[in-house]
Amino acid sequence: MSGHMNLTLKVWRQKNSTTPGKFVTYKADEISPDMSFLEMLDVVNEDLVKKKEDPIHFDHDCREGICGMCSLVINGEPHGPKRATTTCQLHMRSFSDKDTIVIEPWRATAFPVVKDLVTNRSSFDRIQQAGGYVSVGTGGVPDANEIPISKVIADEAMSSATCIGCGACVAACKNASAMLFVSAKISQFALLPQGQPERYARAEAMVLQMDEEGFGGCTNTYACEAQCPKEIKVTNIARMNREFFNAELIKS
Amino acid sequence: MSNFSKAFSSTLGRKLIMSLTGLFLCSFLIIHLIGNFQLFKNDDGLGFNQYAHFMTHFTPIKVVSYLLYASIIVHSVWAIIITRKNRAARPVAYAIKPKDGSIWSSRNMGILGTIIFVFIVVHMSNFWYKYHQGYTPYIEYQTDVKTGATTSRVLDASEFKQYTVYVENGVEVIQTEDLYKEVAIAFQQWWLVAFYVLAMAALAFHLIHGFQSAFQTLGWNHRKYFPIAKFLGVWGFGLLIPIGFALMPLYFLFK
Ligand code: SF4
Ligand code: FES
Repeated sequence: MSGHMNLTLKVWRQKNSTTPGKFVTYKADEISPDMSFLEMLDVVNEDLVKKKEDPIHFDHDCREGICGMCSLVINGEPHGPKRATTTCQLHMRSFSDKDTIVIEPWRATAFPVVKDLVTNRSSFDRIQQAGGYVSVGTGGVPDANEIPISKVIADEAMSSATCIGCGACVAACKNASAMLFVSAKISQFALLPQGQPERYARAEAMVLQMDEEGFGGCTNTYACEAQCPKEIKVTNIARMNREFFNAELIKS
Repeated sequence: MSNFSKAFSSTLGRKLIMSLTGLFLCSFLIIHLIGNFQLFKNDDGLGFNQYAHFMTHFTPIKVVSYLLYASIIVHSVWAIIITRKNRAARPVAYAIKPKDGSIWSSRNMGILGTIIFVFIVVHMSNFWYKYHQGYTPYIEYQTDVKTGATTSRVLDASEFKQYTVYVENGVEVIQTEDLYKEVAIAFQQWWLVAFYVLAMAALAFHLIHGFQSAFQTLGWNHRKYFPIAKFLGVWGFGLLIPIGFALMPLYFLFK
């Protein structure tokens, strides 16, 4: 393994949602290339705590790329330079010794900064609550394969369902649009038989809630697809458009 | 709110309006290009002038042309509304310019569109306005019906009453506005030609992104057919059509 790295961090520090923030420079010395990006921040924070300074606040939970809590725009890229990788799964070997790393929070009206790098993403929760579910009576356990679903469709629905709701698509989009997220959530149900009864009501409710939250509109730059850690495809957005126009103009 | 107005006032609805007006304007480009190919004919403008008269006097085409003007305005106004709303969605910019793998034209549709809009204003005041105000010169063509040989002479404004076609003593006489001459004179100015070519370059980049984007917005992102829209967007609307238009001013400049 290569030797340890000495890095310079420029981190966005902001006391709370009402105080304006600024960049503060920190040294991160003796960083192992095998650490994850968040572990590197932990090291910096331990130092800050020892010095009785306020540690850098950032979101994280599972640290294994499945919960969608971690965020961070690292040198202009949501979740950092590595494709299809969340910040918690990003290793310091993606950087080199003496690098300067600029760390910013997600920037969007609908994701206000809570503190430092932590943003409030409850707008996503409200979109989900508006229609991202199926209402089913939970009876006994159904038999396997009772409802036949072709492999192609099942795979497509599954890959839409891999969206972890991290918000990197919003962070990457020049319009701070949430359409990749919302379309993934609409698609995973629109494709499956279980999603049919509420199909059009769901599309309408989720899209209108998305607008309500103040996300921008999609201009098809496809930056979201490039930056999504779960490689959610923009074909989902086309499907969402179809579902929504059907809901508003044809099926009702 | 009714479903209908909800559909059009939502973020998706605004995109729908952009895509529908955009595609309608694209369809016009095809017609406009094919018609204007008559500029390349070596007939002293006979074909082109007849075509211009037909396009401005045939009622169904007049109706479509008003739809066209409306589409240009709606497409531009909606672009401004959408841009303002999208800016509001990110009030604090990133310190490091995001690297996102998106193509340049997709991020600069507004700038490209503005160039095209200025072009349309210049273009319409050059030709459309002059033609409709009767500022164009006039011409008379005499074609020998038997031999097909055509001669032409400049008509004075006082001699011209209205567009007329008649046959007398085996000679077909056509008196018409001479838009062809107006075009030929205008394109002697190199700076105007340069501006036209620049505008067509902007159009090319606008359509490379815009044409396929319209289909994505409509939800017609089909595994089999979307590549066709992409292909047409790049080779047809992104290259062939703008180059075809750009050749016209260049042809007159170097003729
Ligand atoms: S679509 Fe991708 S980037 Fe957007 S929230 Fe889901 S996982 Fe994150
Ligand atoms: S911390 Fe859970 S996905 Fe990164």
